[in-house]
Amino acid sequence: MADVTVRMRVNGGPRSASVPPRLTLADFLRERCGLTGTHLGCEHGVCGACTVLLDGQAVRACLVLAVQADGAEITTVEGIASPDGELSRVQQAFRDHHGLQCGFCTPGFVVSVTAFLRDNPDPTDEQIRDGLSGNLCRCTGYQGILKAVRAAAGPSAGAAAPEETG
Amino acid sequence: MKPPSFEYHVPGDVDEAVGLLAELGEDAKAIAGGQSLVPMLALRLANPEHLVDLRRLDGLRGVEERGGTVRIGAGTTQAAVARSAGVARSVPLMARATPLIGHFQIRNRGTVGGSLAHADAAAEYPAVVLALDAELQAVSPRGTRTIPAAGFFTGLWSTALDEDELLTAIDFPVRRGRSGFAIEEFARRGGDFAIAGAAVALELDDAGRVARCGIGLFGLGSTPLRAPAAEAAATGAALADIDPDELGRTAIGELDAVPADLHASADHRAHVGAVVVARAWRRAAEEAGRRAAEEAGHRAAEEAANG
Repeated sequence: MADVTVRMRVNGGPRSASVPPRLTLADFLRERCGLTGTHLGCEHGVCGACTVLLDGQAVRACLVLAVQADGAEITTVEGIASPDGELSRVQQAFRDHHGLQCGFCTPGFVVSVTAFLRDNPDPTDEQIRDGLSGNLCRCTGYQGILKAVRAAAGPSAGAAAPEETG
Repeated sequence: MKPPSFEYHVPGDVDEAVGLLAELGEDAKAIAGGQSLVPMLALRLANPEHLVDLRRLDGLRGVEERGGTVRIGAGTTQAAVARSAGVARSVPLMARATPLIGHFQIRNRGTVGGSLAHADAAAEYPAVVLALDAELQAVSPRGTRTIPAAGFFTGLWSTALDEDELLTAIDFPVRRGRSGFAIEEFARRGGDFAIAGAAVALELDDAGRVARCGIGLFGLGSTPLRAPAAEAAATGAALADIDPDELGRTAIGELDAVPADLHASADHRAHVGAVVVARAWRRAAEEAGRRAAEEAGHRAAEEAANG
């Protein structure tokens, strides 16, 4: 089966590779770009651990083929903090409010919540719960995550999030 | 890499896409947002030799209202449907169904056409197009044809689309005036496929009787379904004389076989089905009744002003 050349921008830098069409975006990021912050839990769209921003929109990287993302702008969890390493508002809130324990699901939560708060800067608790429903966590019982999202919400919640470009 | 190997094609327009589908035949599968197909590839429930990616077909995206019809392009994402003021105003049942689909990350990729062509019996949009008597537009190398929703879903994950046909758009009739719309489902967790769900669209005549109603059921058979006996029982009746619980039982009573799985036995699913039909009917009836009262109020005010 013929490989296909894909080009995209990942966390601001250009990446290109010749890939088999069946390679998922998640595997492309982990194996071809060395960005192993994008975690793979279920690999069929249930757990949300692999969530990345594709043209600014949160998507499951295991449910996108790398070839479908040709030409796209991708932000992974590695692209969420400032270049100097300062945590984003969402990341800092997860740290402050015990929004993580083992940390496996955390990249997916951080990316999802970053997009969610950009689009809903002042959500109700019900909207937060709905916004979190696409990510599974097996450690925290979610209460710390809820607190973190509440803390990160507010008028400037969207300030640091990449703009939606798609 | 979990999916099986396949050849990848990216046509630039609809003609090229249907040409590829015609040439490749049953070994090819079209992919839009991939939110149903990629999991099926990962689980190897689908094993196509060729994937035809529709991502460059920009003409398939968008919402357009013309006359009494709203046309939603098959490539329009569910997220775009949710953001569309035109859909909210003119096809409120689609707008109300959309937040029930998966999670926002899924809706950012998943498309209207993909959901309908995948034809999952437990999905929301297929029941909505049935309840609204929408019309599906399909293109093949032989031309374009219109498929009524009632004839589109032919079996488990199968539709009336031929191998070389592409779903390009869905036409929804705009129903205003004394109309009401509601969708209700029960799922164990938000975003899961529903154990059972129902979509109701109803319209009253000027005497408060049901002039038209459509009841779409999901999760209750091997395909999305209509509930013709319940619809017939309600049509022509005064809204006040219809018992929603009885209507729910009628809708479920006419089903051949209610599926059983890990999540629900057939009996439980049938019970939930009757309950969601009744809930959706109550909400749709309440909306239609309110609009009828508003309309009567406007008319009375106009008559008073003119008199």
